[in-house]
Amino acid sequence: MSLVARYLEENGMSTVIMGSARDIVEECGVARLIFTDFPLGNPCGKPWDVVMQRSIVGMALDLLERAWMPRTTIQTPFRWDNDAWRENFMRVDESNREALAREGNVRRQFQADMKKGR
Amino acid sequence: MYQLRTYRSFVSYIDRSREYYAAQDYVKPYEWPHYDGVPFTPLKKQLTECRVGLVTTAGKPKPPGVVAAMLTQRELYAEPANPPPQRLFTDDLSWDKKATHTEDVDSFMPVNRLSEYAAAGRIGSASARFYGVPTDYSQGRTLERYAPQILEWCREDGLDAVLLSAL
Repeated sequence: MSLVARYLEENGMSTVIMGSARDIVEECGVARLIFTDFPLGNPCGKPWDVVMQRSIVGMALDLLERAWMPRTTIQTPFRWDNDAWRENFMRVDESNREALAREGNVRRQFQADMKKGR
Repeated sequence: MYQLRTYRSFVSYIDRSREYYAAQDYVKPYEWPHYDGVPFTPLKKQLTECRVGLVTTAGKPKPPGVVAAMLTQRELYAEPANPPPQRLFTDDLSWDKKATHTEDVDSFMPVNRLSEYAAAGRIGSASARFYGVPTDYSQGRTLERYAPQILEWCREDGLDAVLLSAL
């Protein structure tokens, strides 16, 4: 998505990225980012929370007007209900290491079979 | 709340996904794009006169019962924003399916919130269409095929600015 935003900016279109994967977007480098520190899936606000969503979109619109240079990141003030997701997402530890290795093998076999048209 | 921490608070998805796929025995880590320079286009007119559009990584709604192979087909698309979509297809994307859900489209593509800002006069208007861009392993396809098509649609729809949200 960052690559698309960069392309639009290069061609005269103003953009704001609304996202929760701050490192990926900032490593790529975009004009404007509204960062909400939530689990991936709801970068524009919690589901059904109209007030929060309106606030986040409002900040994106403010940023369109006010940013004067690229790589401007605004972090919204919202927090998720708890922090458990930070450790749990894509977690690798001794409890799942073998299962993950097996999953990788199954996926590679599936992809190889698809390529052969089986 | 004030705390002292010995670690960074934000999840690094670059680090996390590299370790996750390494644990699945993928030998070569994904290489993320990194640029030193960043293009920047200031708004050319007052926001109250601008037409604003939306881009999402979610897919068009799929009929139930589609075979697994079909589900992997992600497509570039432009769809009417009015009436707003009730659902978009996100099952094939990488987001935190244990922590949350995507049943409310506005939580990841603010189609209703943007129209409310148009109705309130904060922006000139909301685009008649929104655009879907597939998340693709290939950065070449994103830059050579998807991005130019999104730009063309933005121009057809007379947009001045775009909000892009990735799940």
